Amino acid sequence: MTTRTAPPPAGLPGSVRQRAAIAARTLRTDRWWFAPLITVIGLVAWVTYATVRVFMHDRYWVGDYHYLTPFYSPCVTERCLPEAAHFGRVLPGWWIIPDAALTLPFLLLFRLTCYYYRKAYYRSFWLSPPACAVPDAHKRYTGETRFPLLGQNLHRYAFYAAAIISAINTWDAILAFHSPEGFGFGLGNVILVGNVLMLWAYTLSCHSCRHVTGGRLKHFSRHPVRYRLWTFVSKLNVRHMQLAWITLGTLALTDFYIMAVASGWISDLRFIN
Amino acid sequence: MGNQDAPVKTGTTRHFRIWRGDESGGELVDYQVEVNEGEVVLDVIHRLQATQAPDLACRWNCKAGKCGSCSMEINGMPRLGCMTRMSTFDDNETVTITPLRTFPIIRDLVTDVSFNYEKARETPAFAPPPDLAPGEYRMQQVDVERSQEFRKCIECFLCQNTCHVIRDHEENKPAFSGPRFFIRAAELDMHPLDTRNDRKEYAQASQGLGYCNITKCCTEVCPEGIKITDNAIIPMKERVVDRRYDPLVWLGSKIFRRGQREAEQTARESAPVGTAHSHAGASHEPGAEAEAERGVHWGRQVPQPQAPAVDSRGRLPISEFTFDRPAAPSPFGEDVTFPMPPKDLNYAHPEQKD
Amino acid sequence: MTTRIERHHYDVVVIGAGGAGLRAAIEARLAGKRTAIISKSLFGKAHTVMAEGGAAAAMGNVNPRDNWQVHFRDTMRGGKFLNNYRMAELHAKEAPQRIWELETYGALFDRTKDGKISQRNFGGHEYPRLAHVGDRTGLELIRTLQQKIVSLQQEDKKEHGDYEARIKVFAETTITDLLLDSDRRIAGAFGYYRESGEFVLFEAPAVVLATGGVGRSYKVTSNSWEYTGDGHALALRAGATLINMEFLQFHPTGMVWPPSVKGILVTESVRGDGGVLRNSEGRRFMFDYVPDVFRKQYAETEEEADRWYTDPDNNRRPPELLPRDEVARAINAEVKAGRGSPAGGVYLDVSTRLSPEEIKRRLPSMYHQFKELADVDITKQPMEVGPTCHYVMGGVEVDPDTTAAVGNVQGLFAAGEVSGGMHGSNRLGGNSLSDLLVFGKRAGEHAAAYVDTLGTRPKVSTADVEAAVEQALAPLERKGGESPYRLQQDLQTVMGDLVGIIRRKSELEEALVRLAELRDRANRVSVAGGRRYNPGWHLALDLRNMLIVSECTARAALEREESRGGHTREDFPTMSPKWRTVNLVCSLDGDKVRLEHKPLPKMPPELMKLFDRAELAKYLTDEELAEFDALTAEAHAEEAAK
Repeated sequence: MTTRTAPPPAGLPGSVRQRAAIAARTLRTDRWWFAPLITVIGLVAWVTYATVRVFMHDRYWVGDYHYLTPFYSPCVTERCLPEAAHFGRVLPGWWIIPDAALTLPFLLLFRLTCYYYRKAYYRSFWLSPPACAVPDAHKRYTGETRFPLLGQNLHRYAFYAAAIISAINTWDAILAFHSPEGFGFGLGNVILVGNVLMLWAYTLSCHSCRHVTGGRLKHFSRHPVRYRLWTFVSKLNVRHMQLAWITLGTLALTDFYIMAVASGWISDLRFIN
Repeated sequence: MGNQDAPVKTGTTRHFRIWRGDESGGELVDYQVEVNEGEVVLDVIHRLQATQAPDLACRWNCKAGKCGSCSMEINGMPRLGCMTRMSTFDDNETVTITPLRTFPIIRDLVTDVSFNYEKARETPAFAPPPDLAPGEYRMQQVDVERSQEFRKCIECFLCQNTCHVIRDHEENKPAFSGPRFFIRAAELDMHPLDTRNDRKEYAQASQGLGYCNITKCCTEVCPEGIKITDNAIIPMKERVVDRRYDPLVWLGSKIFRRGQREAEQTARESAPVGTAHSHAGASHEPGAEAEAERGVHWGRQVPQPQAPAVDSRGRLPISEFTFDRPAAPSPFGEDVTFPMPPKDLNYAHPEQKD
Repeated sequence: MTTRIERHHYDVVVIGAGGAGLRAAIEARLAGKRTAIISKSLFGKAHTVMAEGGAAAAMGNVNPRDNWQVHFRDTMRGGKFLNNYRMAELHAKEAPQRIWELETYGALFDRTKDGKISQRNFGGHEYPRLAHVGDRTGLELIRTLQQKIVSLQQEDKKEHGDYEARIKVFAETTITDLLLDSDRRIAGAFGYYRESGEFVLFEAPAVVLATGGVGRSYKVTSNSWEYTGDGHALALRAGATLINMEFLQFHPTGMVWPPSVKGILVTESVRGDGGVLRNSEGRRFMFDYVPDVFRKQYAETEEEADRWYTDPDNNRRPPELLPRDEVARAINAEVKAGRGSPAGGVYLDVSTRLSPEEIKRRLPSMYHQFKELADVDITKQPMEVGPTCHYVMGGVEVDPDTTAAVGNVQGLFAAGEVSGGMHGSNRLGGNSLSDLLVFGKRAGEHAAAYVDTLGTRPKVSTADVEAAVEQALAPLERKGGESPYRLQQDLQTVMGDLVGIIRRKSELEEALVRLAELRDRANRVSVAGGRRYNPGWHLALDLRNMLIVSECTARAALEREESRGGHTREDFPTMSPKWRTVNLVCSLDGDKVRLEHKPLPKMPPELMKLFDRAELAKYLTDEELAEFDALTAEAHAEEAAK
């Protein structure tokens, strides 16, 4: 910590004087609790669904069309169907190990440390604060200055990992243009490709990505290409929140569709073969 | 006071609750006020001052959302009084106006915002390039645009007020500068010609950047629409990550020893110039030395004794009765008040921590 | 009643924390003086933030043909030759340096392609000349100076261990009186903290006034509550004189709708960037109001005017860019003729010429202001605008080089809007920001130099302090008197209706009678509540200043029997060369306002030669013209001899 500069001089600024004694904890009259509530409902529902699916260890592969759900990509345990395991089967098949155990932790980390999700769960789960100008539910607060929340700085690593995983998902989506006759194309492909596009949009709109592509530069004028990249990412970045929710939706939809087809509940709508 | 000339339409009477009081306490007081079409909350306060409550204290200046003086909380949300149109409320809605909660109260809607000015003073200023004379500065528009966004700040301190880090936790005030000064740090770090390269470290170590949990309330309340979180705080956090946590950058700095040189440089800049004698007694321990030095302002200018106050004939008053204040004039001059604040003393107790 | 008075000792006290005040304080501190800055509101909230267009400086970044001579010429022309030539000259010469200096303090102006400071067109300026940052240049300026002061304080902290060792800001503090010693030298300043109502006495041998203008005496004004003419009145009471007080600038385009924001400015760059003025019949009426003196420089058809925006070198400028007073008068005339908008203004439309994106980029805070305050989308709809009281050209009469106040007082300096002479009878847009930088610096520099010349420090007399205390407490101690708000409203009505844009002898005479009544009533004003942050009390104290300055304006307006720049007399509609040679000087005799004629300083030949004879003929008397002819003949003869 050689760079640490001296702390600001003692003496709390303004500590001598009292704040206004306003009795009400918040005077907001709008429905400020609505957004956190929706967030809680949405996230809990999704996490429940995802947990169930991840530990189902079944109905993740449509053999005819090579559809693989993103929740099992890449499938790397000994339990995986050989044709679904594009990257080998290296992990033991205990039920507690998800079949995509090499990627899911990173995806989880990516979303957990995502600057949008942080806002979402700090507000709605941790209530710190639940909404603007509504009091924090905690007595003490140190923010992200110490362990474990200091770990939020791992977002950069998680972003690098997520970029690689998006590439794997893209590969899955390409392999899925398949039918028993060779090339094929159905509604499942549309869903898979749509999901991958959204995943890329979400990953690239990440604040870390924005920083790496150009945000860290001091002089845009000296790096015109990176400036253009940054401008592009910045445009996506504005929609980071929407993309975060959209991808939750597309992931669940993709998975559910593949589960439904794999279980034979519905049959895939085929356009070609 | 925009409505002295007869308004086109007669107004409606609305119910207001305004917090009146000072540091010894206060309460919400009810008022019935006339409101005309096209008015803002500040107009209503002015009408109250002119009619029912001439001593209602409220700061304001430009009435156009450019100076950031009339910050207040309207129905619980931090807002500018001059930018909150009455048409945003229902006709029968009660409007509650309170002072900013985060800062100490002075009276009614006026708070003591000196916290912000103290933090401003602690933030290192622009460091101009030494080799450029005035008029030789060349910068490209794309390079200044990011910083220009932050310079739109009108210092209304709504972001400071709404930030829960200090709003709900008074104890964090010494360690946390607040969103206003994060955008200042970001502005300077992105300034194409600023020569300091330790602003990220400073933001992390001394401004309390880590306290921010990016819940974005600062952005939500900013009347200038500055994307405080997305464009300043998060980029600053990412820049800190660059230096401290990024594996690739860390590896690079280990290999090229770049980070080390920079760290040494900043350490040199921030450390006081070596002094011959010890302030930490005979412990000879480097830590204690630094600790003790911090409490001692060896460079502080001792207030120069001023000539005592004299009367109209230029003489010292003969007796207290003929003078304008009780007791003899201070031998330390008229502008030294006692007790002196401890931080101004040239003495640190050996056990003193900071 | 015993009163505690806090005392401070400083070398230089700067009253006013706007651009001029801060620049003066920086200079005084750089000269090694202990400096206090007195700010009526919070630090950094000064009215300077409202300046939108930019700061005029002949840097020649956009058009290399620009130089200080051209700027000087434009300034004189704008002021209708009533300017103090030396001030205009210094201003034109030093403005670029002052702007460049700001960059070393951290200012970020908009840039040209080659990385220099971008400059924009503005009414009355021959070339693009205004350094700007979007349309919030004033904010940039005040923030930059504020941050420079902070950086100086940080240096002091390093050196002395205390941020406030050599420069301290007293925020929310109002000065009510300047105190002099028996030799009529400044000895100190007396005032109160708004927050606590406690009194404070600054003992200092030099005071710089930088308090801004007087607009708060008017009903429709762009000025904030601070603009109560404090500096003008302080100077008068200290024995200094005011000049040109009859000249008030009415900004042609203030918002007129909704009523609550009546008066707030719509920046001139809306017109510079292509906004056109139309009346309720849809006619672009400015073409009908081009005065003869400007006929040559302005377009006569809409087509030519439209071409100018893209090709300014080969076309004449649109008449919307005429100096402010011309535009204000034209709008006034249109409205009076019944061709105005429902709210009593005219339409300013920028949506027809620029794309919505372009408007948002070039006029962001205007877009924001109309959207938020009036619910008008200026990218789609026209704005409703009308004249609003904006700036006072008149002010403390100063020595051009040192900015020291002229009159029976020493150690008093003035800079910025509170000083008079620089802008003559009308100020060009953009000249105020550069004015306050140029003369703010000079004020700080010369105040510091003045302090060095003093052998002994002037002493404040106890009796003066007691008198000041008594004066300040009077409204609180009186009971059952009139409310200061009522009085201010009446004053605003008198000034707005009788001493407004268009003036008449009878109305001005009536105004003087009414003002005398108001002064009488002001002595009986009483205020409820205590001393702690009591706006009623503050207003009661400010009223004293507003009344005295308003009287100066009314008297001077009655005296000057011509129309020129910011002074229009319906009964004397033309400019008179005879009146050009005269400044009206206002002083205080006891509590009576006195008005005197004073000849204008004479412009030296080398500056005179910058103008065409044809142009001078519009302004100068026959004798002056004859002199000019003799000069040019001499020059020709000399050239021929070579």
